[in-house]
Amino acid sequence: MTPKQIIGKIGLWFAVLVIVSPAILFFLWMLSLSLKFEVDNAAYPPVFIPEHFAWKNYADVLASNRFVTYFFNSLIVTGSATVLALMVGVPAGYGIARMAAHKSAIVILIARITPGLSYLIPLFLLFQWLGLLGTLVPQIIIHLVVTVPIVIWIMIGYFETTPLELEEAALIDGAGRWQVFRHVALPIAKPGIAVAFILAVIFSWNNFVFGIVLAGRETRTLPVAVYNMISFDQLSWGPLAAAALVVTLPVLLLTVFAQRQIVAGLTAGAVKGG
Amino acid sequence: MSALTQSTPRAAQSDAAPEKELRPPSYWPFVVPALVVVLAIIIFPWVFTIWMSLNEWKVGSPTTFVGFSNYLRLTGDPRFIEAIGHTLVYTVLSVVLPLVFGTFAAVVFHQKFAGRGFLRGIFIMPMMATPVAIALVWTMMFHPQLGVLNYLLSLVGIPAQLWVFHPATVIPSLVLVETWQWTPLVMLIVLGGLAAIPTEPYESAQIDGASLWQVFRFITLPLIMPFLFIAGMIRMIDAVKSFDVIFAITQGGPGSASETINLYLYSVAFVYYDLGYGSAIAVVFFLLIVLLAAVMLYARQRMLWTEIASDA
Repeated sequence: MTPKQIIGKIGLWFAVLVIVSPAILFFLWMLSLSLKFEVDNAAYPPVFIPEHFAWKNYADVLASNRFVTYFFNSLIVTGSATVLALMVGVPAGYGIARMAAHKSAIVILIARITPGLSYLIPLFLLFQWLGLLGTLVPQIIIHLVVTVPIVIWIMIGYFETTPLELEEAALIDGAGRWQVFRHVALPIAKPGIAVAFILAVIFSWNNFVFGIVLAGRETRTLPVAVYNMISFDQLSWGPLAAAALVVTLPVLLLTVFAQRQIVAGLTAGAVKGG
Repeated sequence: MSALTQSTPRAAQSDAAPEKELRPPSYWPFVVPALVVVLAIIIFPWVFTIWMSLNEWKVGSPTTFVGFSNYLRLTGDPRFIEAIGHTLVYTVLSVVLPLVFGTFAAVVFHQKFAGRGFLRGIFIMPMMATPVAIALVWTMMFHPQLGVLNYLLSLVGIPAQLWVFHPATVIPSLVLVETWQWTPLVMLIVLGGLAAIPTEPYESAQIDGASLWQVFRFITLPLIMPFLFIAGMIRMIDAVKSFDVIFAITQGGPGSASETINLYLYSVAFVYYDLGYGSAIAVVFFLLIVLLAAVMLYARQRMLWTEIASDA
């Protein structure tokens, strides 16, 4: 290596360090906050690695009855909204791609631009009239606003790139439309479905605005539950940070392990709803 | 967003496809279920919102048709006008800063180095993490006495700041969070653009002895312009609508110093339960976003025309 190349290498690694450190330092600090007792969290200058780890912060969060309820609420809302979105969105993406009905993408575009709160006003009234407030149903339905456009959008893009030859061969052999979809198109589209599934899960899990309006005491999802903790124990940072980390941990793990799918999906243009 | 960029060439392609008669008569049955869902949760709310915005509609009292008076009320509502100002400042900063940092990050991630995939995964974590959880930790970091940010400032000799607790610094502080969160998205989009650039211009620039900055300014930047534009558009739409982080950290405060349109909309509709007026805000808000997008498209068009003119 020439001196010039060595300087280039050092410069590159320095740049990488500068770029990645805000994310790394933030999450390390979050971890540090969550593992400290109040004495250490209130210390100045701040303590990064405490002498005694406050594992108790996590034990408290996980042991509380409410947390288990809220965890299952999140699981049910995100799970149902994602499964329903896949059930209607995957065939729709297939149909739109095969009909080359690109104008229909405008609806998805509108959904993408609309602020989440503007869905809430009419749907809130509707749920009130139907007497559904106080159950998880309103949240499952309104999370479809997030998940359905993501799934349709990604599946249109995916089905457009899958080869038509196999489907045509199957049609010539006398297979019906539905059979072609079920036995030819769907198996090929599995990677695309995985991308749609992962992104729908993440953005539904993270959603906050729908919950603060529609969730009652018993029907809160985790982000709403964490937000409500702020107002009550403003001063106990350790347990709060532990709760925050527990809420976002599934998503962070998914991000690291399914990084390739997430990047593919996000660059396809389907980012965030609501 | 890429519907704007993708739909035309693809539509042209499929029109020209010769094997059309082989296709089965209709794919409608595949689309119908989704159509029903979209009608129920996207189209219906929109139509109903417009109808509500023409009514005096408060929870618990009878509704009356009032025509456009909700919209007229908006023009004389100082809190709304102020919110527009906050939204615009917040949006401009939250578009420009991530674009600058995201482009830099993309150029770096375009190089080959050990552990690139893993580090890219770490780098995109801020935008995938649950916003409320993130906001909570930032609130602790912003704390004037115990927060780690003021400690870090003191290390380099900068006096302690009040961050989100002072009207003058609250919006820049929130923009800091938004930039930290969404720079990765710009990076990913620009990285996609960089991957599509041919290598020849770089080779001839190297032979001509161009500096790193010259290469970036005169080769890379013009070629990634379309991607920067898409990233800017997506960033604009998200920044205007930004809610979770602002709501969780300041709730629009101190006073109303960080109250954006979206936060004001929340207060009107779900704190005061003035649903008619809230609907009018929602409609105007949507039109404002469309208008901003149109302005950006127009500016881009103008840029393209001047480029063509100067080439000729």
